Parts: sequence; C-alpha cells; structure tokens
Amino acid sequence: MKNTKVTLAGVELKNPVMTASGTFGSGAEYSEFYDLGALGAVVTKGVANVPWPGNPTPRIAETASGMLNAIGLQNPGIDVFIERDIPYLKRFDTKIIVNVCGKTVGDYCQVVERLASEPVDLLEINVSCPNVKEGGIAFGQSPHALEEITKEVKKHAKQPIIMKLSPNVTDITEMARAAESGGADALSLINTLTGMKIDIYKRSFALANRTGGLSGPAIKPVAVRMVYQTAQAVKLPVIGMGGICTAEDAIEFILAGASAVSVGTANFADPYAAKKVAEGIEAYMDQQGVEDIRDLIGAVG
Amino acid sequence: MKSREYAKVIRQEKIAPDVYSLWIEAPQIAAEAKAGQFLSLYSADKSRMLPRPISICEIDPDRGYIRLVYRVVGAGTEEFSGLCEGGRIQVLGPLGNGFPLKEGKAFLIGGGIGIPPMVQTAKELSAIEDRSSIQIIAGYRSEQFLAEELKHYGELYIATEDGCAGTKGTVLDAIREHALEADVIYACGPKPMLRAVKAYAGEKGIECWISMEERMACGIGACLACTCQSTEVDNHTHVKNKRVCKDGPVFLSTEVEL
Ligand SMILES: Cc1cc2nc3c(=O)[nH]c(=O)nc-3n(C[C@H](O)[C@H](O)[C@H](O)COP(=O)(O)OP(=O)(O)OC[C@H]3O[C@@H](n4cnc5c(N)ncnc54)[C@H](O)[C@@H]3O)c2cc1C
Ligand SMILES: Cc1cc2nc3c(=O)[nH]c(=O)nc-3n(C[C@H](O)[C@H](O)[C@H](O)COP(=O)(O)O)c2cc1C
Ligand code: FES
Repeated sequence: MKNTKVTLAGVELKNPVMTASGTFGSGAEYSEFYDLGALGAVVTKGVANVPWPGNPTPRIAETASGMLNAIGLQNPGIDVFIERDIPYLKRFDTKIIVNVCGKTVGDYCQVVERLASEPVDLLEINVSCPNVKEGGIAFGQSPHALEEITKEVKKHAKQPIIMKLSPNVTDITEMARAAESGGADALSLINTLTGMKIDIYKRSFALANRTGGLSGPAIKPVAVRMVYQTAQAVKLPVIGMGGICTAEDAIEFILAGASAVSVGTANFADPYAAKKVAEGIEAYMDQQGVEDIRDLIGAVG
Repeated sequence: MKSREYAKVIRQEKIAPDVYSLWIEAPQIAAEAKAGQFLSLYSADKSRMLPRPISICEIDPDRGYIRLVYRVVGAGTEEFSGLCEGGRIQVLGPLGNGFPLKEGKAFLIGGGIGIPPMVQTAKELSAIEDRSSIQIIAGYRSEQFLAEELKHYGELYIATEDGCAGTKGTVLDAIREHALEADVIYACGPKPMLRAVKAYAGEKGIECWISMEERMACGIGACLACTCQSTEVDNHTHVKNKRVCKDGPVFLSTEVEL
C-alpha cells in the first residue's frame, strides 16, 4: 500500500498538501468547488485578537508569473473566527491550521490562548507579513525578536506551533535556528518577498500601500533554495511554499526537505489547484514507484 | 458544486476601436446568470495568473450562450481579442450578485465600457416593464457601440464627451437636457460617473444601484483583494469593507463610499 501520510509535530496529515494562508479564506469559498477532505490541511487567513480593516485598495497587482499583494491582513478577529469559521471547517475530513497575526507579542498570545480549547490541529504564527506597519515582520527579521516571540507564544499555545518565516532576510538559516531555539514545533516558508510595481503612464504606485508581497511561480526557485537551506540547518519539520502550481513543483519542495507543502497564489489561477497537486503527487508516486512519500523528503543529491 | 469550464467561442467581432464582442457557449452559466453578474476569464498564457473579470452583456439561455463586450486595455484582453470561432477559453461564473430589478420608471446608466451590462439589464427589465419606463442613458467618449441593441429594449439617450452624437457632455447632462425622471437607477461606469450619479440620486431621493470595479485575485470572495469601503459593517470581516466580487459588484449607492 502506497503511503501519502506525513506527520507534522505529531499531527498526521492524510497527504502533504495544504493551502497557503490568505489565499483560501477559511475554505468556505473553495468548498463550493471540491470537498476539502482532498487536502492534508486547510491553513486559514491570518486572524488577530480584534478585527483588522486591512489596507486601502488597490491591494493587488499582477506581475510576470506572479502577483504583489498588500491586503494588510484584513480579518474579522478571533471571536467571529471561532464562532463561524472553525465549525465550518470541522465539517471536512481535513486538518485545521490557524494562521495567527498580531501587532504585539501580547496580541499573538491572546489569540493562541483563545484557540487553546478549540478543535484546531496546529497554529501557524505569521511573523513575516510585509504589509502591516507594526508587528508582523518586525518579529520576523531579527533572530533575537523571533526567538523571544516564539518562546512567549509557545508558553501560551496548547497546539503545536509552526513559525512562518520571511524570505526578506540575509540568512534564512539564522532565523530558522532562532525559531528552533525558541521552541517552535515546525517551520513554514516562504512568506512573500517585498516588491513594488509602478504604473508608468500614471507615474504612480500600482498598490495603494506602495510595496507588496511577491508570490507565485516567480518566487519558486528562491523558495526551494530557502527550504533546502532551512531543512539542512534545523531538525524541525519544514512546510514549503512559494509558487507551487503543480505536483511537480510540490515534489521539488519535498525533495529539498519539506515534509509538507502549501499551495497559495495558484488557487487564483485555478480554483482546483490544491486538489490537483494532491492528486498529482499520488500519480508521481505511482509512476516513479515510490511507496512512501516520506522517502522523498529531503531526498535530493 | 461550482465549476470552472472551457467555453467554446461562437464568434467574435470588433464593434468599435479596441472594443470586442465575444459570444461563448457556456450552458451552465447561461442557465443561472442574470444582469449585472460577471465572469472570470482565464488567460491561456500561464504567466498571467489572475482571472479577468468581465460583465455579462447578454444571455441567450435557450442556446446556452453568453455575450461579453470588453475593451482591450492590456495583455489579457489583448489575448482574448485573438479568440476565434471554434476556439476555447476557461471561464468561471456567474459571479457576483447582479442588479435587483424593480418595477417603475428606470434609468439604466452606462459609461464607456460600463455600457455592456446594460444590454442584459434592459432585456430583463423589458419583461416586467413598458418600453417607455426603460430609459437608457449611454455615455461615450466618442465612438458608440451597442446602441442598436439598447434601442431594441428601451428609449436610448446618448451623451458624448466630444458632442459627436447626442448630448455633448455627461450622462447627467443628457438626463437634464431631456428632463428625464425615474424611480430607480442602475449604473455602471467609471468612478467619477458613479460619484456624480450617486450624488444625483441622493439629491432626488431615488433608489440607485451601482456596479463597482476593483482589482481581483480569486474572484470568489476568499482573498479580500477587491474590497470597497461600505457605510455599514460587512458581514464577512465586520469592518466596513465589502467584497466587490462576492457582496457586489452591485451595491446600493448609499451602501458604499466612492
Ligand atoms: C466586476 C467587473 C466587471 C468588468 N466588466 C468589464 C466589461 O464588461 N468589459 C470590459 O472591457 N472591462 C470590464 N472590467 C474591467 C476588466 O476586468 C479589465 O479591463 C481587465 O481585467 C484588463 O485586463 P488586461 O489583462 O487587459 O489589462 P492589464 O492592465 O494588463 O491587467 C493587469 C491586471 O489588472 C487587472 N485589471 C486591469 N484593469 C482592471 C480594471 N479596470 N478592473 C479590474 N481589474 C483590472 C487585470 O484583471 C489583471 O489582473 C470589469 C471589471 C470588474 C471588476
Ligand atoms: C493574497 C495573499 C494573501 C496572503 N495572506 C497571508 C496571511 O494572511 N498570512 C500569511 O502568513 N501569509 C499570507 N500570504 C502569503 C502566502 O501564505 C504564501 O506564503 C506566499 O504567497 C507564497 O506562496 P505562493 O507563491 O504559493 O502564493 C498571502 C499571500 C497572498 C498572495
Ligand atoms: S477577488 Fe478575492 S475576495 Fe474578491
């Protein structure tokens, strides 16, 4: 029997494919296209302790093989999320991973505490959003700050925590080790790369926020490299993402050392993308005679 | 379950400089769609990842056809303009809410590439209202398109910026020139036009429905790219930001900030 199951910090996923935070809402809109039970896990849009209105529009711009976004983490806050989104996701045979954002360490701790008694499998701590002025990336660009926030969040969290790393750093391994020292249970990367687009006819910024996070296939080689370096540097399981559109892309990340992968921007180009990646991995395994997906993790070189 | 489908191209023609009329076969969409809704059109070139939102111009439910009228403004619409009979294109829809059609004397106001959805709106209104109640005001920069179709369903009044046809000026200038009156307004067009129409409706106390435009990524309500500011808290995030793709694109003019 072929095995597609992977384990992340003690949580077993039926397959290694999940959704990238912010591209899939809380799953409701995509569940109109397919049964979310096809996925290993659904990762929700970032949620804070209180509702956040997000940034002014335009919030997105298309770029070659990718896009820039500066949504600014618009979210309804933890109360509505617990009342509405968790029960909805519970209807599906998939794991629930809640992406958590905040402006202060206290904000993050408040959210993970509220989630302690909820039927949530893992928490993904977003310390890497480039689109909000306070919090977010401030914690994700200094190894010291990252280690400290990881320690604090870990103290308050009941579920295992995944620290989501930013690629906007000089040395990703330094950040990965800091999160590991702080007690993270897993790492996910990459969040978006900070970018900018200018409308040359209007001579203005394409995004109201001026800068935005670059995602999509354009960033994939950078992401694969960072996942590889991270997997080499730490013992923690790594969740790889950045431009995954097909099963082939996903396998590349797994070979680089990812135990699981997330599909993000590709959901916009094809609402079935994440499901197709999961199916395609099985097809690849059959074709290549791979019995156990775990044999592929880090199997490059 | 919703589904994205390959639609067959029935025919395409250029109806004005840079403006194309595309008939596609999409039976499921044609069966469900109504005036004011839109489709997401996907590029065959995978380096363009985001779908292009295009309003439904006309529906032929019997044949399962949908008509889209769009202006070439960039690489995506340029690609679509090359589609020929027998070709195919991936589409998703119908998306968004559409115009809630009401009885009474109506203004159907379209500006530029906001005119196409008024064809189906007029067509649907003609089933519940007399021709004289369907007052269509179309504002063009210069070159006109879809005027024949619009005349077929209602009374057409034209405004052009350069005065080459109809009233020289804006859609509101045309309304004033002809001393037109209405109980309800449906409008789609550039933001300055929508602002002016909203102000006019406010002064006259007329119920006014406007179709909004914003950059989209998912097109289905998941990514929060396409929000517009609303006067009341939205029921998704509870922060006064409504999603144009899901909560709209049609809003009551008093419901949104312009
Ligand atoms: C609800 C809705 C209905 C629309 N209906 C029509 C219609 O019936 N006919 C028509 O000609 N146009 C319509 N538009 C505008 C149309 O979506 C854009 O002109 C089109 O996306 C441009 O694509 P492009 O690749 O040619 O241009 P590019 O500028 O190369 O596009 C780059 C990116 O920006 C987005 N974009 C560019 N202009 C707009 C815009 N005005 N609104 C939203 N996104 C934009 C594109 O979708 C793409 O993601 C509608 C827009 C919305 C939101
Ligand atoms: C529209 C959009 C919204 C996003 N929102 C979040 C978010 O709320 N939290 C987060 O941690 N990452 C967010 N991200 C980053 C993605 O989860 C992912 O890390 C990144 O896009 C790279 O993957 P991709 O190329 O497959 O999209 C967002 C990305 C996009 C495109
Ligand atoms: S385009 Fe994604 S929410 Fe509207």
